[in-house]
Amino acid sequence: MKKTNPTAREKRKEVLLKLEKFGHEIYEQIEKGIFPNITMPSRSTDNIYYSPDLRQYVLGDKKVRRNAGNIRHLKPFTQLVWMAYFTHELTLNQKTSTLRDVFYSAQAYDILFQDQDESDDIITDLETILGCTREDFNVFPEESSAVFGDLTIEYTVPNYEGKRLNLTSHPDGVMIGPALTSAEFIETSADKVIAIEKGGLFTRFIEERVHEKFNAILVFLRGQAPRSTRYFIRRLNQELGLPVYIFTDADPWGMHIAMVIISGSANAAHIRELTTPDAKWAGVWASDIISYKLPSDKLDDIDIKRLHELMRDPRYKEELWQREINVFMKIQRKCELEAFSRYGLTHIVDKYLPQRLKEVED
Amino acid sequence: MKINKYVNGRVRLISREEESVEATSQTFQEISPADFFYRNKEIAGFANPARAIFSAIRELVENSLDATEPMGILPDIYIRLSPLDEGENTYTLMVRDNGSGIPADYVPLAFCQFLFSSKYKLKQSRGTFGLGGTMTILYGQITTNKPVKVISSTGETKINEYTLMIDIERNRPIILNRKLYDNYRKWHGTIVEVNLEGDYYKAMPKILEYLKQTAIVNPYANITFVDPKGRLYKFERTVVTLPPKPKETLPHPHGIDVETMYRIIRATRCEKLIDFMQKHFHRVGERTAQRFLKFAGFPEDADPKKLKPDEIVKLVQAMKNFDEFLPPDASCLSPLGEEILKAGILKELEPEFIAVSQRKPSSYSGHPFIVEVGIAYGGKIPVKEDILLYRFANKIPLVYDESGDVSWKIVKSINWRKYGLMPNMPFAILVHICSTKIPWKTVGKEMIADRPEVSREILNGIREVARQLEIYLSRKERIKREKARLSVFAKYLPKIAEFSTKLAGKEKIPDINDLLRRAKKIEED
Repeated sequence: MKKTNPTAREKRKEVLLKLEKFGHEIYEQIEKGIFPNITMPSRSTDNIYYSPDLRQYVLGDKKVRRNAGNIRHLKPFTQLVWMAYFTHELTLNQKTSTLRDVFYSAQAYDILFQDQDESDDIITDLETILGCTREDFNVFPEESSAVFGDLTIEYTVPNYEGKRLNLTSHPDGVMIGPALTSAEFIETSADKVIAIEKGGLFTRFIEERVHEKFNAILVFLRGQAPRSTRYFIRRLNQELGLPVYIFTDADPWGMHIAMVIISGSANAAHIRELTTPDAKWAGVWASDIISYKLPSDKLDDIDIKRLHELMRDPRYKEELWQREINVFMKIQRKCELEAFSRYGLTHIVDKYLPQRLKEVED
Repeated sequence: MKINKYVNGRVRLISREEESVEATSQTFQEISPADFFYRNKEIAGFANPARAIFSAIRELVENSLDATEPMGILPDIYIRLSPLDEGENTYTLMVRDNGSGIPADYVPLAFCQFLFSSKYKLKQSRGTFGLGGTMTILYGQITTNKPVKVISSTGETKINEYTLMIDIERNRPIILNRKLYDNYRKWHGTIVEVNLEGDYYKAMPKILEYLKQTAIVNPYANITFVDPKGRLYKFERTVVTLPPKPKETLPHPHGIDVETMYRIIRATRCEKLIDFMQKHFHRVGERTAQRFLKFAGFPEDADPKKLKPDEIVKLVQAMKNFDEFLPPDASCLSPLGEEILKAGILKELEPEFIAVSQRKPSSYSGHPFIVEVGIAYGGKIPVKEDILLYRFANKIPLVYDESGDVSWKIVKSINWRKYGLMPNMPFAILVHICSTKIPWKTVGKEMIADRPEVSREILNGIREVARQLEIYLSRKERIKREKARLSVFAKYLPKIAEFSTKLAGKEKIPDINDLLRRAKKIEED
C-alpha cells in the first residue's frame, strides 16, 4: 500500500502543532509589548491564480497583515485567536463540530460573531494561516456523502480507536463523516474508485454489485461534493493509489462537480491537498447523449451562460472538456444519469459502464 | 423761564422745574397731544383681547425695567393678574417695581397723557415715547370704564397714590383722587394697577414665553408673576452686574432729515456753520466740520439761521453723502455683554453648551447698533421640528411674527450641515439687536427689517457662534470616539492574551496594560 500523505494520526499531530505555534507567536508578541499581528496570504480575487502545474487555484504573493493595534482588526483578530484555541481543543479532545456549531460555541466564550458568515470567514482565515482544511481541525460540514466497497478502515476517534470496519458492511454505504475522515486505511482489494453524483445510481450500483464486478470502491457525492468527501477521494487516490472515475449528469453543473474534485474551487485556493488531479470525468458526456441515444432536455439559458463561463475557465483547458462543451453548445441538450433507465434498469451497469471504463482506463 | 434743548433731533421745551428733575435723570415734557391712538389701538398692539393683555403686561414690565436698570438698580418686578369679573373677561393687572419712582407732580402726565415720556432722547432704552404705558391705561379705561391707580415714590419722605383717568379728547389726565403716605422705609418704585378686558388663557403661552425670554436678557432681574389662577412663576436673578449705562449722544449727521435740521437751526445759538456742525452733531470735530463744509459748498462762517429752504435741503443731502464722518460711537448703547447674555441663557434654557458673541458696534443711516448673538445646545433645549430662534431688540423679547424677521430669514438661509448641525438637533439661536433706533419692519415692533448693515452683523455673529458649537461638538464626538476606541481595546486585548496563553500552553497570562496605554496614542493605520 503506497503512502504519499501523512496518515490521519500524523495529520492530527501536525495540525495541533501548527495551532500551538500560532498561539506561541501571539503570546510572545504580547510579552514583548508589541501589538500581536499576523501575516497571511490575501484571499481577495485579485490574488487567486490558476496553477497549471498544480492543476488547481492557488493564492498569489499578496499578503494581508492583521494587527491587533488596529481597531478595525481587533475584533476579527480576537475571533481568530479564539478560533485557534477552540479548534485546538476540538482536535486535542477529538471532538468534532460544524460551522453552525462553532458559531454558537463562540457565545459560550463571550466571543461574538454577527452571523455565521462572519464565523465561517474566520475559520477560512485559520485555514489560510495553517494551510490546512477545517476538517483537519475537526470542523465538518453538515451534509455528508457515503462510500461503499471493499476497504477496511481503522477508526482513530475516541471509543472506536482500533476498531476496524469493512466498508461493505452496510448496504446503504457508510457515511463519510468525521470518524471515517480520520480513519486509517488498512486494506482493500479494489483497484479503482467510482464516484457518482446521484444517490439513486449509487444504490443501483451497490444492488448490481458494481463494486465486485468492477473491483471498485463506490463514492456517493451527493451533488457538489463536500470538502471532507473530496479529501477522502484524494486519500483513496494518493494513499491507496487507486484511479478515480467520476460520473455526473450530462450538463454544465455535473461537469463542474467532477472538476471541483479534480482541480478544486477558487474558494479553496488557500488549501492544497483537497484535489485529485488525476481523477477523470467519465460521464455522462454530451457526446453520450448522441452515442447512446439518451432521452434529453433542452439547455436552459442559465445552462448556456454557465457553459460560456466554463469555456473560458483555465481548469477547462484540456481537450476532453473543451470538446464536450462544444458538443453541448452544438446539440443544445442535456441529460441525467438516470436517462439510461430508458433502456432498462441494468443497462447502465451492463453496457455503458464497462465500455466507458475501458475507454478511460487506456 | 424756558430753555431749548434738542435731543434726538427734536426740540424739547424744558422748564426750570424740570431742569431740577433732570438731576435724577428723569425729564418730562409734552411733545404732541393726540387721541389718535384711541382710534388706532392696533398700532400699539391692542388689536384683540388676547393680544391686549399680552401688550399690557409687556408695556408695564418694560417701563419697570427702564425705571430700574438704567438707574443702576437691580430690578425686582412683581406682576399680578387677577380676575375682576370672570363673566366679562376682565382682569386687574398690577405691576410693581423697585425703580427710581416718578416725582409726584409728574405721575398724572407720565401715565395719562400721550407722548409724554422720560425716554424721548437719543440713547438706548426699551420704550421710546412712553406710549405703551399710557396705551395700556387707555385700553383699560375704554374696556372697563375704571380708573387706574398709580403709587410711586422716589424714595423721599412721601409716597403718592393717584387715582386717574384719561380725558381722551383733550389728551389730559383727570385726577380722581390723590393720597399721600409717609415713606418710613424710604421705599422707591412704582406700582400701577389697571383694570382691563383680556383673554388671558389664549395669551398665556405667549405671556409665559415673553417672561421667560425677558428673564434670558435680564438675568439681573427678579421677575415674579402670579396668574389669575394663582399660579406663581418666578424668574430669579442670577447675576448682580448690570449692563453698561447708555450715555446720551447728539444725532449723527448721517441720520438727519430736513425737519430735524429745521428744528436744530431754529433752536441753535451758533452763528457760524463751522461751530454749528461741531456743537450739534455726533463725532464732528473742527477738521471734519471744515472738510464737510468744503465738500457741501458752504462757507464756514455762514449763519445757519439765514439758510434758505433749498440750502437746508442741500446741507442735509450733503450730510448723507459725505462719507468722511466718523461712524457713531456706541456709548449711547447698552448691550448686555457676553457674560450677562451667557448667564441669562444658562439660567432659563439650561443648555449643555453656550457660545455668545458681541459684534463690534456698527451703524446704519447714522444710527449706531450692536448685535449680540448666542447659540445654546443640548441640556434642556427642546428638539423642535425647526430651528429654535429667540429674538430680542433693546432687551425686549420679540415673540410674535417670527417668520417676517430678518434673523429668521438669515437662520433659514444658513447651511447648518456645514456646522455639523441639523435643524432637528437641540439647539437655539439668540439674536439681540440694540440701537438708538431699531430698524423695525412695521409699526407693530415685532419684526426687524432687513437692513444690509444689520443683517451682515447678524449673519457673521451667528456664523461665529455656530463655528464654536461645531468645534465643541466635534471635540465631544472625538472624545466619545476615543473612549469607544479604547473600550474596544480594553474588551479584546485581554481575550487575545487569554486564548493565546491557553493555546501556547502557558500558565501566566502576559500583561496587556502596557499595550492598553499605548493604544491611546495609536492612530488607525
